[in-house]
Amino acid sequence: MFLDDPYRQAPRLSDMQGKLPVKTERSGAEILVESLVAKGVEFVFGYPGGAVLPIYDALFGDERIRHILVRHEAGAAHAAEGYARATGKPGVVLVTSGPGATNAVTGIADAFMDSIPLVVITGQVPTALIGSDAFQEADTVGITRHCTKHNYLVKDPSQLAGIIDEAFRIATEGRPGPVVIDIPKDVQIASAAWSGHAPQQRNRYTPQTEAPATDVAEAVRLIAAAKAPVLYTGGGVINSGDEATRLLRELQKLTGAPVTSTLMGLGAYPAGDPAWLGMLGMHGTYEANMAMNRADLIVCVGARFDDRVTGRLDAFAPNSKKIHIDIDRASINKTVQVDLPLIGDCAKVLGQIVEGWLETGCTRQDLTEWYARIDGWRARQSLAYPSRGQEIMPQKAIERLYELTKDRDPIISTEVGQHQMWAAQHFHFMKPNKWLTSGGLGTMGYGLPAAIGAQAGFPETLVIDIAGDASIQMNIQEMGTATQYRLPVKVFVLNNEWMGMVRQWQELTYESRYSNSYSDSLPDFVKLAEAYGWKGIRITDMSELDAGIQAMIDHDGPVFVDCLVTKEANCFPMIPSGAAHTDMILYGDEVAGTMDDEAKALV
Amino acid sequence: MMHIKQEAQERHVLTITVDNEAGILAKIAGLFTARGYNIDSLTVADITDGHDVSRITIVTHGPPPVIDQIRAQLERLVPVHKVTDLTEVGPFVERELALIKVAGKGENRVEALRLADVFRAKVVDTTTASFVFELTGTPDKIDTFVGLMKELGLVEVGRTGIVGMVRGANAA
Repeated sequence: MFLDDPYRQAPRLSDMQGKLPVKTERSGAEILVESLVAKGVEFVFGYPGGAVLPIYDALFGDERIRHILVRHEAGAAHAAEGYARATGKPGVVLVTSGPGATNAVTGIADAFMDSIPLVVITGQVPTALIGSDAFQEADTVGITRHCTKHNYLVKDPSQLAGIIDEAFRIATEGRPGPVVIDIPKDVQIASAAWSGHAPQQRNRYTPQTEAPATDVAEAVRLIAAAKAPVLYTGGGVINSGDEATRLLRELQKLTGAPVTSTLMGLGAYPAGDPAWLGMLGMHGTYEANMAMNRADLIVCVGARFDDRVTGRLDAFAPNSKKIHIDIDRASINKTVQVDLPLIGDCAKVLGQIVEGWLETGCTRQDLTEWYARIDGWRARQSLAYPSRGQEIMPQKAIERLYELTKDRDPIISTEVGQHQMWAAQHFHFMKPNKWLTSGGLGTMGYGLPAAIGAQAGFPETLVIDIAGDASIQMNIQEMGTATQYRLPVKVFVLNNEWMGMVRQWQELTYESRYSNSYSDSLPDFVKLAEAYGWKGIRITDMSELDAGIQAMIDHDGPVFVDCLVTKEANCFPMIPSGAAHTDMILYGDEVAGTMDDEAKALV
Repeated sequence: MMHIKQEAQERHVLTITVDNEAGILAKIAGLFTARGYNIDSLTVADITDGHDVSRITIVTHGPPPVIDQIRAQLERLVPVHKVTDLTEVGPFVERELALIKVAGKGENRVEALRLADVFRAKVVDTTTASFVFELTGTPDKIDTFVGLMKELGLVEVGRTGIVGMVRGANAA
């Protein structure tokens, strides 16, 4: 059994000489490992180096925690994110000082933007060398100060247990996020008293989780009175957990309101339901954006009015009252002024509203007219796209991928770009925690390591990274990680030989001057996959599409599918930069290819 | 052509109590730069016997929604106990301390001393040709005094930035 276990390392001599005697003092590294075990950590995603050698030694032979050795520290952070999003548990990262920490920063910033709970342990040069420009020294606490929810530099091993305890609480409670614990090498080696658990500490982090009763009553009144309501949901519903998802569905049943979601919130509401409008925002559906624009009440649940969602702010949902449920008070009125903020956890506040609705005996409004208008917008079929004969339209590839895998309840991760938006539009999610994508930071290279992290958490589930030919190359080295730990992840590349989204913007705003957006010198992905011990499949036209996807599903190891798609396809519908929800470009619309400076200056 | 737009600004005085831990000042000052907020002045010192809590007074300016965001962003930092917008909560006192060095002889020197008396500035150092005045008051009062001293041989000014506190019997 042990010989077959990829996590298993060779036993060390001391293990074979019998159990370690019970000690009252332990090294910082040992306290760290014990504390992680106490927190229920199953996996650590990491990469060793000089400043974490004591921790790696403490992990050696320890079977309580499985360490997944990545190929680059960015992969460690994204894998931990993928694990966290899929399982709902915090992801743990272990990297060395200097470049180890700086390489992980992108993943930390990504987790910060998307509110993903991570605990990132970074080694640091010994305390006496801090500030001396020592080998592999970086000011990790300084660098990560503004992309973490909180961070620590541990100066004494006696503080470690308490700090780790607090770090997990901060990472997971309230609005989740990444926490960095920077541990100098001498602190890992020095001993401190260890009682077997974290010392009792003052709880200085107590986010408000329930909304005041009067505000809840007002929310119920507004929802009950609305003739054209929309539930606009986000990643907060998923972060809040299964109860929030259940209550969202219950609130929808009670009120009858149609539901749209941000990119981050897909899966919280089942995409197959008649009340589902599809995703909203820049590449959202026509019906979702029109409904937002014409609504008389918007109930924002765990979303944050991101610029990709709102479009031009002064034209955003102009005639609606807005209720905003968010656990982070700083998300309220940040970009859009709302009428009724409800600060609290999505599950708690949705529960309060459902309870208030039932207690006051509200009945749902007749929304027939509102749904009739929505059906009118749906009739535009904004996700439609032309057929190209034997050439594979990327949308078609996603559609087939969905049809052939949906019964297996797969977890989908993505990179960033056109393929990500096509996946969001054409792959349909019925459950939360099945959709892992980098929304806020928009990190290319996220998908493969995220899929690896999710697969570690769910070894039996089909996990597919839907990728682009450019994005996949940003963390392609992680194929080795999947091979080593026998994680049967699938990579499905929509290969159009372009950084498609960059090219699309150049086409729309810079008169098709394709500056540096062509994916020149692409590797032979099939050969590359085979070199890593994966199965490689190339799909070149429609006749091979279903069989290729099926072969991918049927192979029980990791598979890389290089799916050659139409090169020119663009991602529509689209709200151009600086435009209102009502100014969507649909497939087949004439586009000028120019844009004024005001619009160009927007992100 | 596109030009950068300007918005109407308001001056606000915020007091913040925080855990006195390493990096907290960098965290707060950095939050202001990272999110494009302004700091006009910032003062900080620990205020408890155990030296474990510091009180920071920040003077900032910005449009009202930005001021509200500043408060919310500060409140969500883990080491921050409490943020009070003194400008919002009602009448408050604000005081700043300045050291002002003036050099001169004859009538200018006498006039400087006479004005210092009017402003209730204290002489904390003197030579036969110079004074260092210590002056406490609102930033306005200090501005005015410094303006007058420019004509009388102003050499150097050091100011602390303000400390503020709400009026009345209760803590803010």
